[in-house]
Amino acid sequence: MKPVVDIFLYILIGLSFFCFYRIIRGPSVADRMVGIDIFGILVVGICALLVIKTGRLFLIDIAITWAILSFVGTITLAKYLTGKKLNE
Amino acid sequence: MNEIISLIFIGIGVAFDFFGCLGLIRLPDVYNRLQAATKSVTLGTWSILFGVFLRYGFIAVGVKALICIPIIFFSSTVAAHALIRGSYIYGIKMWDKSVKDDYSSVYKKEE
Repeated sequence: MKPVVDIFLYILIGLSFFCFYRIIRGPSVADRMVGIDIFGILVVGICALLVIKTGRLFLIDIAITWAILSFVGTITLAKYLTGKKLNE
Repeated sequence: MNEIISLIFIGIGVAFDFFGCLGLIRLPDVYNRLQAATKSVTLGTWSILFGVFLRYGFIAVGVKALICIPIIFFSSTVAAHALIRGSYIYGIKMWDKSVKDDYSSVYKKEE
C-alpha cells in the first residue's frame, strides 16, 4: 500500500510544478491568478494524501483551512481585476 | 478491502488532476485554461478526499474529509466564475479562433 501512495504524492507534486510554470510564464495577469487558484486546490489533495502517508491526523485540518483561505484569496484577486474597491 | 477501494478512488482523482493541469499548460487562452482546469481539478480533489474518508471511516479525520468536499465544490466554482468575470471586464481578449461571445451583449446592457 505504501509505495502506491508515494507514487500518487510524487505525481501531485509534479503537477504543482505545472501550475508554477503557468504562474511564471503566464502572458496576462489573469493567467497567473488561474495558476494560483488551481495550485490552492491541488494543495488540499496533497494534504489529504499526506494524512495517509505519515499518519498524522491534524493535516486534514490544514487542508480545510487552505481551501477556505484559497477561496478568499481568489475572490480578492478577482475583485481587483474588475477595477472596483474591496468594499463596493 | 477498504484500503483497495480507497486507493482506486485516489487513483481516479490523481488522473483527473493530471488532465486538468495538462489543460492548464496546453490550452491557448485564459478562458479555455480555466474551464479545463477548474472542473477536472475539483473533481479530482473530491475523489482524493472521498478516498481518505473510505480509508478511515466514521472517525474524526474521515468526517473532516467529508466536510471538506462541499467546501471545495462551492468555493472553487464560485472563485472560477468570479475570476472569469473579472478577467472579461478587465478586457483580456479571447482566442482569435473563438466562434461565440454571448457575454458581450449582456455586459453592454449592464453598463
